[in-house]
Amino acid sequence: MIKIKKENFRNILIYLFLTLLAMPILYGYSRLVMSSFSKNTLKGFFPDEFTLSNWRFITGAARTTSGFDVIAAYPSIYSCFLNTLYLALGVTILVTVISVLVGYMLSRFKFWARSAILASTLILHSFPAVSLMIGLYYVLNNFHLLDRVLGVILAKGGLFLPFGIWVMKGFFDEIPWDIEMSSLIDGATRIQTLYKVLFPIVFPGIAAISILSFIQGWSEYLFVYTFLRSSETWTLSSYVVGALGELGVTDYGFLHAVSVFYMFPVLIFFIFTQKYLMRVSVGGMKGGR
Amino acid sequence: MKRTRYIKKFLLLAPGLILIVLFFVIPAIVTTIMSFTGMDFRLKWNFIGIANFYNILKDFLVPRIISNTAIYLIGTLAVFNVGLSLILAIFTTSIGKRPGVFYKAIFLLPRFTPPVVYATIWMLILSPTKNGLFNSILSVFGIHPVNWFVEYPMFSIILINGFIGTSLGMLVFSSAIESIPGDYIKAAEVDGASWIQTIIHIKLPIIRWPLLFILAYNSLSLLTSYEYIMLTTDGGPFYSSEVWALYAYHLAFSSGQSSTSFRFGYGAALSVFLVITGIIASVIYWRVFKFKEMMSEPQIEID
Repeated sequence: MIKIKKENFRNILIYLFLTLLAMPILYGYSRLVMSSFSKNTLKGFFPDEFTLSNWRFITGAARTTSGFDVIAAYPSIYSCFLNTLYLALGVTILVTVISVLVGYMLSRFKFWARSAILASTLILHSFPAVSLMIGLYYVLNNFHLLDRVLGVILAKGGLFLPFGIWVMKGFFDEIPWDIEMSSLIDGATRIQTLYKVLFPIVFPGIAAISILSFIQGWSEYLFVYTFLRSSETWTLSSYVVGALGELGVTDYGFLHAVSVFYMFPVLIFFIFTQKYLMRVSVGGMKGGR
Repeated sequence: MKRTRYIKKFLLLAPGLILIVLFFVIPAIVTTIMSFTGMDFRLKWNFIGIANFYNILKDFLVPRIISNTAIYLIGTLAVFNVGLSLILAIFTTSIGKRPGVFYKAIFLLPRFTPPVVYATIWMLILSPTKNGLFNSILSVFGIHPVNWFVEYPMFSIILINGFIGTSLGMLVFSSAIESIPGDYIKAAEVDGASWIQTIIHIKLPIIRWPLLFILAYNSLSLLTSYEYIMLTTDGGPFYSSEVWALYAYHLAFSSGQSSTSFRFGYGAALSVFLVITGIIASVIYWRVFKFKEMMSEPQIEID
């Protein structure tokens, strides 16, 4: 007689439930990848005929069979890639540097505007991107930043800052004063203390903020779609939507291949930086949808 | 002496503050002012008082949109963001560290995928042809394929946003659970508590505070999110999945379903409505959940 422990039975049920729920995700991602290599993409889950022609945008070579290849109408994938990278890095550097500085200041110094700034960063979160879109359009237009990636970097960074500041402030708050005190007594200046003593301690926070900002910047679609129109400023998200939107004549293989291409870097990034993001408490939190 | 310190502090704060003011505060103000104008693509400020707000009340689409938004909000929140994330957190912390991390990573994946790609993936899952995931499952039971995005748009958008929303709660709740010292649970088990009893009496109370936070935070985020809806159903068919935020965007920036686009003034008025709702909700949450305790006083400062 096999003795089935109650715990094992329960665990089996849990595994079943979790796997069932994870089904759509597992299905979706694997189908996307497989379909990007298959000739007839809508036939089913398993690829029809293996082909690399969906990936032809990498070399820019047009497909020889049909007369007009849709790739010809698109900007080079590499310029889009660079734009996306520029956007992501720009947002990351902007948000990380400023969040650390402002978070530190808010955590350590009392001054008249402090509570106002703190309260406002929380209130600002209740402002939807939608209401800001219209106003942002106006502001960017005034500074001639429309249709320039820099405009999106500044706008996206500015919107992400309140969150970053909150997180960094939370991390700085956790550090007991004595550490800084002893460093200052030993003769270091405030900046040196910040750099040499505090940074290593709050490093997880800095890492989390940078990672999240990078992913936000890389994935950005709404701002790009609304504020960047000309093809030199296209990012990979515009490219994918372009591949998606050909009325009824969507080349699904192409679409899926481009999607995988777009998603791949953040996937790798995610796998390697996962451990920094898993340890999250209520004090430091991912914002967004 | 005091002066230079003051200036130094100010300089450190300045870039951040300028950015926030420029790209957050000013657009908010501009939008509010714009809501009192009839601004369209000509970008002229012609003030028409509260005519926009009056038009909102008369707009025949508004009741539909309000009900869509409410269903979307409550549906996603209750089922996914709060309900499912609780379940996921409890489950993934009950099966051991490695499997737990594995499943957590899977459920975290949607959040880190670019929205356009995520939308494309869901078009595969909910594909109207007979080989989308859902339709293949249906065909096993002999039911013919369903065009999910067209026939069940609200269901689709709740599903799509739900998988994203659930990951945050799952992370937060499982961190909270994992912070419980193992001895508590062992002691309870030695005293004869069953697994379910440990959940009800030990784990859930720990989650109470983060739960309230997630509830508040997610409700605000859902109220204003529309990116995934825009990428999949785009409010269709015929406004049956149009939520308030999306409606404002459509009116201002694209043709969507109607041909009257670039109505900045009217769109701004709709946005203002949304903002006010958000602020009221925030204030209520602030009071009820006593978030004030989260803002502690700073450390001693040597100046």
